[in-house]
Amino acid sequence: MGTYIIRRLLQMIPVILGATFLIFTMVFALPGDPLAGKCGERPCPPAYAAEFRERYNLNDPLPVQYAKYVTNLVQGDLGETTNGIPVLDQLKTRYPVTAKLALMAIAFEAIIGIFVGVLTGIRRGGFLDNLVLISTLVVISIPVFVIGGVSQYFLGVKLGWFPVTVTSSNPSFYELMLPAMVLGSLSLAYVSRLMRTSLVENLRADYLRTAVAKGLTKRRAIGLHALRNSMIPVITFIGFDFGALLGGAIVTEAIFNIPGIGGYLFRSIRARDGASVVGTVTVLVIVYLFVNLLVDLLYGLLDPRISHD
Amino acid sequence: MTEAAAVVSETVAPNGSSDENRSLASDAWRSLRKNPIFWASAVLISIFVLMAIFPSLFTSTDPREAVLSESRSRPGDGTWFGRDIQGYDIYARCIYGARASILVGVLTTILTVSIGGFIGVMSGYLGGAADAVMSRVGDVFFAIPLLLGAIIFLVSLPDFFSSNAFLGALKVSLALAVLGWPSMARLMRSSVIQVKPNDYVQAARALGASPSRIVRSHILPNSVAPLIVVATISLGGYIAAEATLSFLGIGLQAPAVSWGIDISAALVGLRTTPHMLFFPSLFLSLAVLGFILLGDAVRDALDPKNR
Repeated sequence: MGTYIIRRLLQMIPVILGATFLIFTMVFALPGDPLAGKCGERPCPPAYAAEFRERYNLNDPLPVQYAKYVTNLVQGDLGETTNGIPVLDQLKTRYPVTAKLALMAIAFEAIIGIFVGVLTGIRRGGFLDNLVLISTLVVISIPVFVIGGVSQYFLGVKLGWFPVTVTSSNPSFYELMLPAMVLGSLSLAYVSRLMRTSLVENLRADYLRTAVAKGLTKRRAIGLHALRNSMIPVITFIGFDFGALLGGAIVTEAIFNIPGIGGYLFRSIRARDGASVVGTVTVLVIVYLFVNLLVDLLYGLLDPRISHD
Repeated sequence: MTEAAAVVSETVAPNGSSDENRSLASDAWRSLRKNPIFWASAVLISIFVLMAIFPSLFTSTDPREAVLSESRSRPGDGTWFGRDIQGYDIYARCIYGARASILVGVLTTILTVSIGGFIGVMSGYLGGAADAVMSRVGDVFFAIPLLLGAIIFLVSLPDFFSSNAFLGALKVSLALAVLGWPSMARLMRSSVIQVKPNDYVQAARALGASPSRIVRSHILPNSVAPLIVVATISLGGYIAAEATLSFLGIGLQAPAVSWGIDISAALVGLRTTPHMLFFPSLFLSLAVLGFILLGDAVRDALDPKNR
């Protein structure tokens, strides 16, 4: 177990370096002037341009620029936004909001998705099963910005059940409820379908027949044996989704005016604020890789046949 | 008893061998033909493809003809689906919008399947150090969220790509493909690794077949099925991604006609004229649905477990 974790952590290093280099190249090296639009509608004064180029090492060749950036990165310095605010400070105020939203969306999709999946898996082919199959298909094919806009209008504006937009920089549970449901709706559909197929497959397994044959009640056989084994693909998906959601939800955050990572990144990209983009994406990639590692370690708990030695 | 068994096996044998002559593809086609979902999705997709190639078959109205005096008129007031804020005919916009979506979907799928498929086959077949390097490179691209990476890529691309409609679509496809190929590569790699140790592959090698021949005529036909399924479903996903990028204002740009652009423009009028949002959303969702259903049907046909 210990050596497995160490090996995985070592494997992460090239991936993190590669991902930051990729983003760094995209942001700084592709054609296009990083100073465009920095000074409004007119070109920047030469003194400012020179200072800017000096500060972000833009006069150096790309590998040197990147090496300097990584040296700072290792020391915990993510750089400054073009407004002179440390990127780390920006992340500290925004990350909790994104994390809260992601956790709520995951809880929503996991609890309801698994429940619905189990229900339809046990009663396969019934009315409920067909209803869920069709409604998940509908949810999967409607893009999130339509679901978001429409539910904001009906549930927020017309019925007044939820706040229409988030108004504080530290949103409450209630304010984030509707955005979390919108964000989780697509994955909810996937989780319930995955849970259903996985359970149906395991209900046919020999060990379940054995469990019933030796006198276990059906409830116990399914709950204890089949469910635990069918959870593995579902946990994989939820973990993958959690890692993705921690990267911020650009569209949902834009619709509901949530001050999270997604909106911040989107604005930084459009303003060509390179330091913010590279710094934030680096953090996102690291978080994503750690979540993936945690998911892999969870397998061992769910299924003792999978060992990490 | 042994004699009887021998007789039975002799009489069964010809039937059995005629069954074995059926290839995987013809087997899949046989079960696809019986699936109503396949026909429904095939009809849906054919309509959208026809719309994309010959939009003038469906409407004679120019999607860029603005009748400002009738701006935001409701469905039935002289037009089928009403008009949007600019006074554009929404029906014509929906028809002409298919081209951008289908083009981006198909181009992105071609790019991700060819890049991902090639790298996946290479790393699965070669194994060892080559596999390790290619898998790590894939991890790098995989760790960056698709939408985020596509936005960064689109913002950094030069203006050259905005000069005409095809280049605009190609730009969005490139952005999606740059981060979309690793999932295809992973899939192909695991599929090749499953096929590689089979006896027929070993036999081909023992007979002296070259590596390229082994891959082309033995490994590829037997490992490509999952890629076909996922590529079909992803095509729907790429169409949705294009609409999302256009919705955010960085995918296709205004003179281009796209469902995403129209949905984005319609959100302001959601309260008073919801039909402006409804029709482009309906077309977009139906197109995505078509490809998802087709992928599901093909998966059922290719998966022998379900027979």
